[in-house]
Amino acid sequence: MSKDQNKVTNIVICGVGGQGIILASNVLCSAVFNRGFDIKKSEVHGMAQRGGSVITHVRFGHKIHSPLIEEGTAYYILAFEKLEALRYLHYLKKNGKIIVNDRKIPPMSVLTGQTKYPEDILSKLNDRGKVYLIDAEKKANELGNERTVNIILLGVLARFLKFDPDTWDKALRENIKEKYIDLNLKAFNAGLKLKSENQS
Amino acid sequence: MKTILSGNEAVARGAWEAGCKVAAAYPGTPSTEILENIILYPEIYAEWSINEKVALEVAAGASFAGCRSLVAMKHVGLNVAADPLFTMAYSGVTGGFVIVNADDPGMWSSQNEQDNRHYARHAKIPMLEPSDSQEARIFVKLGFEISEQFDTPVLLRLTTRICHSTCLVDLDDRIEHQISGYTKNIKKRLVLPAHARLLHIAVEERMKKLAEYSEKFLYNQIEWGQKKLGIITSGISYQYAKEVFPKASFLKLAFTYPLPEKLIREFSRQVRNVIIIEEGDPILETEIKAMGIKATGKARIPVCGELTPKVIKESFNIKKLDINPEPAPVRPPVLCPGCPHRGVFYIINKLNLVATGDIGCYTLSALPPLNAMDTCICMGASITNAHGLDKALGKEFSNKMVAVLGDSTFFHSGITGLVNAVYNKGNLNLIIVDNYTTAMTGHQPHPGTGKLAHGETGKRIPPEDIARGCGVEFVKTVNPDDLEETENTIKEALEFDGVTVLVFRRPCALLLKRKIPYYVDSENCKSCNICMRIGCPAISLTSIPGKEKEIAVIDADLCFGCGLCAQVCTCEAIKLRDIVR
Ligand SMILES: Cc1ncc(C[n+]2csc(CCOP(=O)(O)OP(=O)(O)O)c2C)c(N)n1
Repeated sequence: MSKDQNKVTNIVICGVGGQGIILASNVLCSAVFNRGFDIKKSEVHGMAQRGGSVITHVRFGHKIHSPLIEEGTAYYILAFEKLEALRYLHYLKKNGKIIVNDRKIPPMSVLTGQTKYPEDILSKLNDRGKVYLIDAEKKANELGNERTVNIILLGVLARFLKFDPDTWDKALRENIKEKYIDLNLKAFNAGLKLKSENQS
Repeated sequence: MKTILSGNEAVARGAWEAGCKVAAAYPGTPSTEILENIILYPEIYAEWSINEKVALEVAAGASFAGCRSLVAMKHVGLNVAADPLFTMAYSGVTGGFVIVNADDPGMWSSQNEQDNRHYARHAKIPMLEPSDSQEARIFVKLGFEISEQFDTPVLLRLTTRICHSTCLVDLDDRIEHQISGYTKNIKKRLVLPAHARLLHIAVEERMKKLAEYSEKFLYNQIEWGQKKLGIITSGISYQYAKEVFPKASFLKLAFTYPLPEKLIREFSRQVRNVIIIEEGDPILETEIKAMGIKATGKARIPVCGELTPKVIKESFNIKKLDINPEPAPVRPPVLCPGCPHRGVFYIINKLNLVATGDIGCYTLSALPPLNAMDTCICMGASITNAHGLDKALGKEFSNKMVAVLGDSTFFHSGITGLVNAVYNKGNLNLIIVDNYTTAMTGHQPHPGTGKLAHGETGKRIPPEDIARGCGVEFVKTVNPDDLEETENTIKEALEFDGVTVLVFRRPCALLLKRKIPYYVDSENCKSCNICMRIGCPAISLTSIPGKEKEIAVIDADLCFGCGLCAQVCTCEAIKLRDIVR
């Protein structure tokens, strides 16, 4: 078996319930499937979604057994919110990539003053891997629809995965209602080209 | 053809391919999407039953007719349905009957971590355990065949990581299964003691035959690797164990009750050490050790919590990565902005009432800052627990107590408790928080909505009519968005002697269009923080130049526009945006 055959790509997608993480991960899965990989994805529904912390595991390669990513083995973390990037940072492989949305959603314990929202998140992320800070909200507002944040962020991730445009186009069409497809294709392409805030 | 499906979608697909014609379920994470996906197949009659006992009996009735039928529920649902479950094992089936049951190790969305593999043993029903979506699809089909061949219901046991993980699945066509029709057979279906005594003997005989079948079951598989280590496992645990011990020999069990004893002996004899890797209770381990086989299992692997490759590694002291999670404030789920439940619980907290609670989104009101719920045991228990407290402590206590449950929970198991309280002269103040849906599990309809599973209109049954029909004299419908009305009506109900029912009705915020958001006029805000007490995720505190203390701000992207904060604000600082965004 060649080395390539043993290679498994692990991607953690995380954020706050209601941010559209499940749709983004479904599109990713379709794209991976269309490329002919073995794939497993695991997420949790229900209680965890009501504004709670959410993590989705996506793994693909030649043959996948466990649907769960082990700590310290994720090539990419795609975080829809900064605190959630910090929460799941231990999943990152050494020198992995962290794409993080420049958005702060304080949890209830911070709102009620019991705890503080950590100040030094970005420096902690930088210590562990390469950080791409993305202002997806701003881009979404430019596109005129705040609900496209998830697909913009997926577009940023897509830059690294190097699947051909048709693969993504098909994957988006398979998961998004016809009515919204043009908007989301635009969002995805905007993500592909989006500059990160912390780089020139 | 291949596609990617979650375990739940695969179960639905398998049922369709097998020619299933009737399916019933009550929602419950992680099983909900099974029926949601069955609904998409027009060949299957699908219904949201009002609870799991009802659902199981409906599917059993369809089986009496010679129709392939399926019922799905979460693990605790089987507790509710346990009564018909045990007797259906005696009665057997006519059309194939598959009971799909989803456990929730790690309690992602549940009140306990019970291991429902015990039910197979307790009720004497064969059990199949898939280890991924592909097997889930195939095992539903095999389940129908086994059910018909051995005249027994079949339990298909899933867990959260099977239900909500996706992987590649092959698809087959549907094979129609003719409904054979109904023939009276009281020896089988009317369990008088005289009949049941004979049926019990038949069950014991059936178990012996099933044990033989298990020996030959295609998916009870040995995968030979190094013989130093032999791992016996099943379900999702197999996938994790494969990651951790890629070179070991495996006995992967799929027909897990009754166990294939000969196969287990054969495997164990050929390997040096036997390890049993299972999530939850030591069920395989207990039975395998009772065969006289030496094995290691729960002495190392924890009983509590979800199993993961990491937990297995730690259990066997295999190389541990030296990374720990960064400390981060927890983010438990919260009531959404605009949730109709919020105002009711704000008042319950304000009046300092004891509130026996129940299960649904509204259980989140138990967390700070609302702190408005005292108990939550199981669906329906709010009413009956309150009744018991009333009987033990008397009116002085129960005049300051409310029982609170959701609309779906009321239909699930609230009605019997309500009748009981009326009949037994209780002093019960029941609050039904009616958001017109089963929100927690993803918005399924129920009798109070009058919508059926496929979306067509059925008969709407308002909880108020039920309450009156049960003999409740004080029944009122209240608008939860009006705090003053909410407070006054609750006080009125508390003063009433006997059983009262208040229905607080406004649809779930996730089902409505957002309204114009509110904002905080920083000039007027006196930093009293009273608006922080309603626990709305859209409101936070921030410091601005020129103000000594932090003032409140409203995130316009999150604000639903319910106006609750404006009602609690005492400085007229919270205002409606007059500009249209
Ligand atoms: C026996 C049982 N079945 C199913 C569930 C899953 N479950 C938890 S709450 C709930 C229904 C909640 O609906 P409702 O009472 O209308 O409250 P809402 O979430 O809409 O506020 C369900 C189905 C459970 N916990 N126990």
